[in-house]
Amino acid sequence: MLMKWLVDFLFRSSIGRKVVMSLSGLFLIAFLVVHLLGNLQLLAYDGGRQFNLYAYFMTHNPLIKTTSYLLYLTILLHAIQGISLAWANRKAKGRTYAVSSNAPISSFSKYMIHFGMIIFIFLGLHMYQFWLQMKMGNAPVLSYPGTDHPVQDLNALVVEAFANPYYVGIYVVSMFALGLHLWHGFQSAFQTLGLNHPKYNGLIRMVGKMYAVAVAVGFAVIPVILFFRQV
Amino acid sequence: MELQLKIWRQKKADSPGGFEVYRVKANEHMSFLEMLDVLNEQLIAERKEPVAFDHDCREGICGACSMVINGRPHGPNQGTTTCQLHMRFFKDGDVITVEPFQARAFPVIKDLVVDRSSFDRIIQAGGYISVNTGQPVDGNAIAIERDTASMAFDAAACIGCGACVAACPNGSAMLFVAAKVSHLGLLPQGKIEQDGRVQKMVAQMDEEGFGNCSNVAACEAECPKQISVSNIARLNRALIAASFQSS
Ligand code: HEM
Ligand code: SF4
Ligand code: FES
Repeated sequence: MLMKWLVDFLFRSSIGRKVVMSLSGLFLIAFLVVHLLGNLQLLAYDGGRQFNLYAYFMTHNPLIKTTSYLLYLTILLHAIQGISLAWANRKAKGRTYAVSSNAPISSFSKYMIHFGMIIFIFLGLHMYQFWLQMKMGNAPVLSYPGTDHPVQDLNALVVEAFANPYYVGIYVVSMFALGLHLWHGFQSAFQTLGLNHPKYNGLIRMVGKMYAVAVAVGFAVIPVILFFRQV
Repeated sequence: MELQLKIWRQKKADSPGGFEVYRVKANEHMSFLEMLDVLNEQLIAERKEPVAFDHDCREGICGACSMVINGRPHGPNQGTTTCQLHMRFFKDGDVITVEPFQARAFPVIKDLVVDRSSFDRIIQAGGYISVNTGQPVDGNAIAIERDTASMAFDAAACIGCGACVAACPNGSAMLFVAAKVSHLGLLPQGKIEQDGRVQKMVAQMDEEGFGNCSNVAACEAECPKQISVSNIARLNRALIAASFQSS
C-alpha cells in the first residue's frame, strides 16, 4: 500500500499514535469553542428563536454538515485510540508500587482515560437526547415569521431536559471531567507535537488552564441556569 | 538509628515474589546502599539469603543502583541516585519500603535486580555516531553555539539508569531515548545520522514493550540527572519530521 508508512506511523508507532491523540484533541478543542458559543444562545430570553434558527443553520449548511461528520469520526478516533493507548500503557507498567509516589507531576495526567470515559458515556447520552431526537424529527416544529421553512424547536427539548435535576447533575459532573481532561490535555497536545519552547511554555500552560476552566464552567452553567428558570 | 525495611524478595524471574520485613541498625552517615550492605551482613550471619541489588560505581555516575524507595525510584531526594542518598534523610524508627523498578520491559531477575538490557538494545539500534577510528579530532575544530552545546551536554548527563521508566505510570522510556537522541542530534557529528537514528531507536523502544508517553512528567521529577521533558518534545519533533521526510 502506498501510504503504508503513514498508517504505520499513525496507528503503530508510539509517538505517531500520540500525534493522532494530539491533533484530534486540538480539533475537538476548537470545536468546543464553536459549540459553547452556540449553546450560550440558549440563555437568550426570546423563547428559543435565536437558538433554533442557529441550530437550523448548523444542520442545513452543507459545509457545516460535512464538518460535523468529520467531527463524529474524530471523536471516535480519539476515544478508540485513547482507550487502546491506556490499555497498552497499563500492560507496559504491569504491577504498580506498594507505596504511591508523591513526586510532582502534571496534574490529572494519570486520569485522562477515566475523564475520557466519563466524557464518552456523557456523549452517548447527549447525542441521544438532542441529536438523535432532532434527526428523528421528535422535536415540535415551529415556523417563525420571516423564514420560509419550518424549524424544529430544539430549544424546547433542551429546556424540558434541564427541568430534570438528574440531567443537570449529570451534565455538571461531565463538564467537570471535561475541564480536568483539558487541564492536562491542552498543553499535553502541544508537547506531543514537539511544540515546546521555554519562551512559550508558560503561555501555553496558562491559556490551557484558562480554556479548560472557561469551557467547563461555560457548558455547565447553561443547564444550571435553565433549571433555576423553571423552578 | 533503627529502621524497619519492607523489601521485595523474589527468587527468580518467574517466581511470585513478595515483601519481607527486616530490622536494621544504621547511622546517618551511611549511604542507602551501605545500609543495605549492613542488612546483608546481618542476613549472611543468620545464614539467610542476602538481598540482591544492583550497584557499581557508588558515586552517582553508572546508573546501576536501581530500586524504588517508598514509591520513588532512587528515593525521595531530587537529582540523587540511590548510592548518593544518605541515611540522614531518614529518621529513627522509619518504615522504608524497597521494591524493584517496575515495567514490562524491565523484568525482575532477582529481588531488587531488574534486566535493563532493553536499554542496551535501544542504544544498539541507533544511539551512536559512525566514525572512523584513528587519532581523535581536535575538539574545537567545529564551532558549536554555546546554548546548543549546553543543551547537548545536559542531555548527555543521562546515565541510563532507567528511573524514568520506573517512575512512569505507563512504563515509557521516552525520557531516556529523548536524552540520547538530543545529546547526539544537537551536535554536528550526530546530526548527519539523526533521521535514521530517531526512527530506529523509537522502533526498538516500541519493540521492547515500553509504554507510550502521556506527558505525565513523573520521569523528569525522578531523573537523578534532572533531564528535562523538553527533550521529549525534541524527540517528538525529530520523529515526526523523520517519518515524513525519510524515503
Ligand atoms: C470533546 C472532548 C475531548 C477533548 C476536547 C479531548 C482532548 C484531549 C487532548 C487535547 C488530549 C491531549 C493529547 C496529547 O496528550 O497529545 C487528550 C488526551 C486523551 N484523551 Fe481526550 N478529549 C476529549 C474526549 C475524550 C474521550 C471521549 C476519550 C475517551 C476515552 C478521551 C481519551 C483520552 C485519553 C486516554 C487521552 C490521553 C492519551 C495519552 O496521553 O496517553 N478523550 N484529549
Ligand atoms: S533520563 Fe534520567 S532517569 Fe532516565 S535513564 Fe537517563 S538518567 Fe536515568
Ligand atoms: S551505583 Fe553507580 S550510580 Fe549508583
